[in-house]
Amino acid sequence: MTIRTLVTTCGLALLLAAPALAQEAPIKIGFPIPLTGEIPKVGESTKFAAEMLKEEVNAKGGIEVGGKKYPLEFIYEDNESKPETAVNVTLKLIERDEVVAIVGPQSSRQAVPAGGVADENKTPMISPWSTNPDATLNRPYVFRAAFLDPFQAPVAANFATEQFSAKTAAILFEISNDYSKGLADNFKDSWTKLHGADSVVAFESHGPKDQDFSAQLTKIIAAKPDFIFLPENYSFTALIIPQARDLGYKGPFMGSDAWGSAELMKLCGDTCKGQFFSTHYAAAGATGATKDFIDAYNKKYGYIPDDVAALTWDAINIFIEAIQASGKVESDVEAERELIRENVANIKEFKGITGNMRFDENGDPIKCAVVVEITDSGEFSFVKSVCP
Amino acid sequence: MDLFQEFLQHCVNALQWGSFYALIALGYTLVYGVLRLINFAHGDIFMVGAYIAYFVATFFLAQSGWGLTHIMVLILTVPLTMILTSMVGVGLERVAYRRLRRRGAHRLYVVITALMCGLILENGNLALLGASRKKFPDDLIEKVNWDFFGISVTNLKVLVIFAAVIVFVLLHFIVTRTRIGMAMRAVSWDKFALPLMGIPLDRVIVFTFALGSGTAGLGGVLFAMSYPVLEPYMGVMIGWKAFIAAVVGGIGDIRGAFVGGFLLAFVEVMVVFFGWSTLREFFAFSILLGILWVRPTGLFGTAPTTKI
Repeated sequence: MTIRTLVTTCGLALLLAAPALAQEAPIKIGFPIPLTGEIPKVGESTKFAAEMLKEEVNAKGGIEVGGKKYPLEFIYEDNESKPETAVNVTLKLIERDEVVAIVGPQSSRQAVPAGGVADENKTPMISPWSTNPDATLNRPYVFRAAFLDPFQAPVAANFATEQFSAKTAAILFEISNDYSKGLADNFKDSWTKLHGADSVVAFESHGPKDQDFSAQLTKIIAAKPDFIFLPENYSFTALIIPQARDLGYKGPFMGSDAWGSAELMKLCGDTCKGQFFSTHYAAAGATGATKDFIDAYNKKYGYIPDDVAALTWDAINIFIEAIQASGKVESDVEAERELIRENVANIKEFKGITGNMRFDENGDPIKCAVVVEITDSGEFSFVKSVCP
Repeated sequence: MDLFQEFLQHCVNALQWGSFYALIALGYTLVYGVLRLINFAHGDIFMVGAYIAYFVATFFLAQSGWGLTHIMVLILTVPLTMILTSMVGVGLERVAYRRLRRRGAHRLYVVITALMCGLILENGNLALLGASRKKFPDDLIEKVNWDFFGISVTNLKVLVIFAAVIVFVLLHFIVTRTRIGMAMRAVSWDKFALPLMGIPLDRVIVFTFALGSGTAGLGGVLFAMSYPVLEPYMGVMIGWKAFIAAVVGGIGDIRGAFVGGFLLAFVEVMVVFFGWSTLREFFAFSILLGILWVRPTGLFGTAPTTKI
């Protein structure tokens, strides 16, 4: 054995033994989240989901990148549900704590300004819950985990085509509500793309304080649609569906995530049962990894996780996958941030508990939404995930 | 369903919706006819009526030991709600309007007071019961859905329309054919000469408020049965619209309120029928404005001294 081979062998052995010998410096992720203020429950869900994930990962010694294990370190900062505080704490996380990535803030009011700070400082950020397009628009470093509101339109169109074998659709929406109006317009586009120019047979609106919809519904029913799309708040839904039944409509309805309130069933009762709507995530009837997450969370904290917790879970996992995909961890913080951003943007398909996703050029996810059915017991039960 | 059937269905819908306008507009017009007071709290008295109906009905439904069937609960709820709601209306008059009237306050001040009373009722309800909506029990009457040649009519709709017509006929009878009705007309004629004739002014006014609020209470019950989601601001919009209906019909005239209510509903519904649901209110009120343009005192309006 020559000296050269000896050195090589020893070197190899050392290299292989390295992960077991010394733990690498932790990967730091920052959380500017609303732990106090108007929406403390949102902050709590975020922190609970993050802590659960961190414990799980660190119990295995950390995340494995290029043969080495890096533990996770999460830093939580309270943004007090205020935009200005969100900006300050985000800056603090970037400059003082030198985090390589940021998860949060949750609501758009804080995510829009904080996203600007993250983008200027070239730090990758994922807001799990924000739905305002401005949070990620023209910000290459900012991503989100929830789909944008209008995004449900193609989902509803595809689902209704399959589930109801529908060829024609009618739409009733609230003219004074941007959410409802936007979704109605988008749905009309998606539907006509699928079924031709005249396939939306009725497109009716109502005002913000209306209680009687019989005129619009009569017009809709006369047009004989295969189903009615209702991008409405739950309080309107609870009035519209019974009125349509009274007018002799027997077909199905399809709704959007604004239906998803516990109050819907209290107000609507039996007439809403059996209808479908699209949403971010469904706890009832979940399967696979989603069910594992729900069970673990419920066991640890004693209640069913909401969509914030599920989306946060996915957001952190997106970063973990991006870090692993790069195959190495740069010791320089700025280089590492750049690497993570690139790999998040390049994710081909991320399998999340709120659906599979990848990102478009704006950093918005292209993901499948969940369609739930209102069961006879009044639960919102998972039917399938539908892709646009 | 061909176009004619659709048109007839719209007519049925307009009759039902117009009944609610008419029931509320009748209350406006009664009080205005007698006191020259636009009782802007009337829409909120209607809301209170719906809430009272909710509490009365759920109370009776919860008394399982009494062996009440649902139809008996309804029969109890209607008069009780009307009585309780007229007490609210009379209470409002007693607390807010009477004092101002006695002190000879200008009518404008009383109208502003009425606006404030409406806000108090709304926000008092909000503070007391919270923002979460109430669900009116929807099984008081077994819902029957008739189909006449493709036109859907529920028994509830028929009930609502009948109620509106009966209330109109009754009120018209009271005002034009009875002694108290004569006294009411006398108040509107000259309320200073009236006590000299030995007619108790306050009693006539209380009766007027009781009548108007009771009508609103009946409207509240029927409304809650037809649109079973209750919230504190539910009376605002429909109250304003009913007021406009009363003005278009000729405020102060009972026939005017009745016809105005149905007219407004028909115009609203027909605007949608012709395909402008986005501009429903815009067109509806433009048409009403046009009517007032031609007849500034409304359809049944006459010279201001001979109202009711």
